[in-house]
Amino acid sequence: MSATQTSPTHSYYGRAILKEPVWTWEIPAYFFTGGLAGASATLGLMADVTGNKPLARSAWTAALAGVSVSPVFLISDLGRPERFLNMLRVFKITSPMSVGSWILSAAGGAFTASFARVRLQRLTRIGAAGGALGGAVLGPALSTYTAVLVADTAIPAWHEARRQLPFVFAGSSMAAAGAAACILTPVANAGPARRVAVAGATLEGVASQVMERHLGTLGRPYHEEAAGRFSLAAKSLTVAGAAVITRFGRRRLGAATGGLLLLGGSMCERFAVYHAGIQSARDPQATVGPQRARTATATPANAPLTAG
Amino acid sequence: MSIESLRVQSWPGSYEPAAKPRVGFFTDTSVCIGCKACEVACKEWNRVPEDGLKFTGDSYDNTGGLGADTWRHVAFIEQQLPLGLDEGAPLVTQAARAELDTVPVHKDAGLRWLMSADVCKHCTEAACLDVCPTGSLFRTEYGTVVVQEDICNGCGYCIPACPFGVLDQRKDDGRAWKCTLCYDRLKDDQEPACAKACPTDSIQFGELDELRHQADERLRVLKHGGVAEARLYGRDDQDGVGGFGAFFLLLDEPEVYGLPPDPRVCTRDLGETWKAAAAAAAVLVGTVLATFAGHRP
Repeated sequence: MSATQTSPTHSYYGRAILKEPVWTWEIPAYFFTGGLAGASATLGLMADVTGNKPLARSAWTAALAGVSVSPVFLISDLGRPERFLNMLRVFKITSPMSVGSWILSAAGGAFTASFARVRLQRLTRIGAAGGALGGAVLGPALSTYTAVLVADTAIPAWHEARRQLPFVFAGSSMAAAGAAACILTPVANAGPARRVAVAGATLEGVASQVMERHLGTLGRPYHEEAAGRFSLAAKSLTVAGAAVITRFGRRRLGAATGGLLLLGGSMCERFAVYHAGIQSARDPQATVGPQRARTATATPANAPLTAG
Repeated sequence: MSIESLRVQSWPGSYEPAAKPRVGFFTDTSVCIGCKACEVACKEWNRVPEDGLKFTGDSYDNTGGLGADTWRHVAFIEQQLPLGLDEGAPLVTQAARAELDTVPVHKDAGLRWLMSADVCKHCTEAACLDVCPTGSLFRTEYGTVVVQEDICNGCGYCIPACPFGVLDQRKDDGRAWKCTLCYDRLKDDQEPACAKACPTDSIQFGELDELRHQADERLRVLKHGGVAEARLYGRDDQDGVGGFGAFFLLLDEPEVYGLPPDPRVCTRDLGETWKAAAAAAAVLVGTVLATFAGHRP
């Protein structure tokens, strides 16, 4: 029976099996602003608790700025922006986007209240509660849930990186938050911000290396086309920014320069991940390869459902 | 978090006692003649807009694939194969073989033409439905998966979630569209337009249990007749999406038709992804805490 042996092709005219995400640049931009806001809230809470008022003021300012611009990005990306409130008509635990829209909404309220307390001396009791909840829970959630959002898709470069992406995003968020605080805070008070920035940059770099190694051939997009360019830019800017902060961070100019480099690196990291997903979706072999490997090792596609 | 708790179990549970038997399609590609009546009937009945009149050069397929404005797509695959006259070709009948013996033929230059009408699979575990943040995607009383267009806000999450690349965004209106399995016709006890229009019964509509039995029987007949490469695709409810509501009989590997060979719904891994995110969030909090250590004023 020669029929299948001589099949000339194992894709359908080289066409993609998956559809590319239709998300536009606003989505990776939101991943950046949301991450910045979330980690800034945690930094702001700790600064407030330890009595570092200048750092608390600048961190909560960054948190409010990030959380305010985020919904603008999200809504303008929607195919039907006038219906954005439909997002809040349900809470769906199965949808990271639904969970995330509630996290973002709650963070918006909490961060605003905390900002009002720290900067305007208003809403002192609600502000303290908002600061605690925002810094300890909502901020970290806002910084990492977006990794769950992209990983919960059929796109190989995202889905197969599901255990590493949250750490990439957490590191990127910390780097951005530390960087923003370095820029906005007098250097005498910015010690923790510098350490958060460098620690975040380190986590971002290590986690993205682990992710690419884990992805193997599925990680090829990180070295090609747009994703490759953003990935290289992210690594370069982040390394440079961390070095400048470490070496010159105690000077005004050094803190500002290093901070801007790190912010750029953090943003490029999100755009690298975004483009890697688009490029991965385009490649039929990225879809077929792991599935064929799975059937070849005779592992059933569905691990036992009852195990859950 | 248990995996079970992350899945929408909306049929038949939430419809009792209004739940109807689960229906679907069995697309038997061995009798598809590539007439595209299904594509046309679908477009007409569902008022799906025109989406480009183009020439691809890919055999007779000028549609390309499923998308927001193509809910049935007929794939055409041309394969050069040896006729296999000497070994008993599966695709040539005894009568034709007798006739061929009287005329000169190039026995190594056979052509096989595969045709298959692709459609939304209406998965038992539907990623599109699970990730939809508005509840626009829902499971009907017939066990099918439908987008409510008055709810969809065009977030686009269902599009990369689908392991088959079925859904897409309609550019001029921003929302996601796909096959409804003619939900409106089902409510009037009518079969979907594509199945109604199919002249060879390549597209069969019915209750899923019955379709599965029919498919098993059809596969048995084909195998018995020597078509060893025939296989059912999506019939097994133990597969990575819990079985398709619309499944297929194929004559080659799924990827030849542009179908994923072993699709797995992404939401099965959502629990472990959230765990990784929780760990990453804990690292974030711990790291920020550590940076303040020893610097308490």
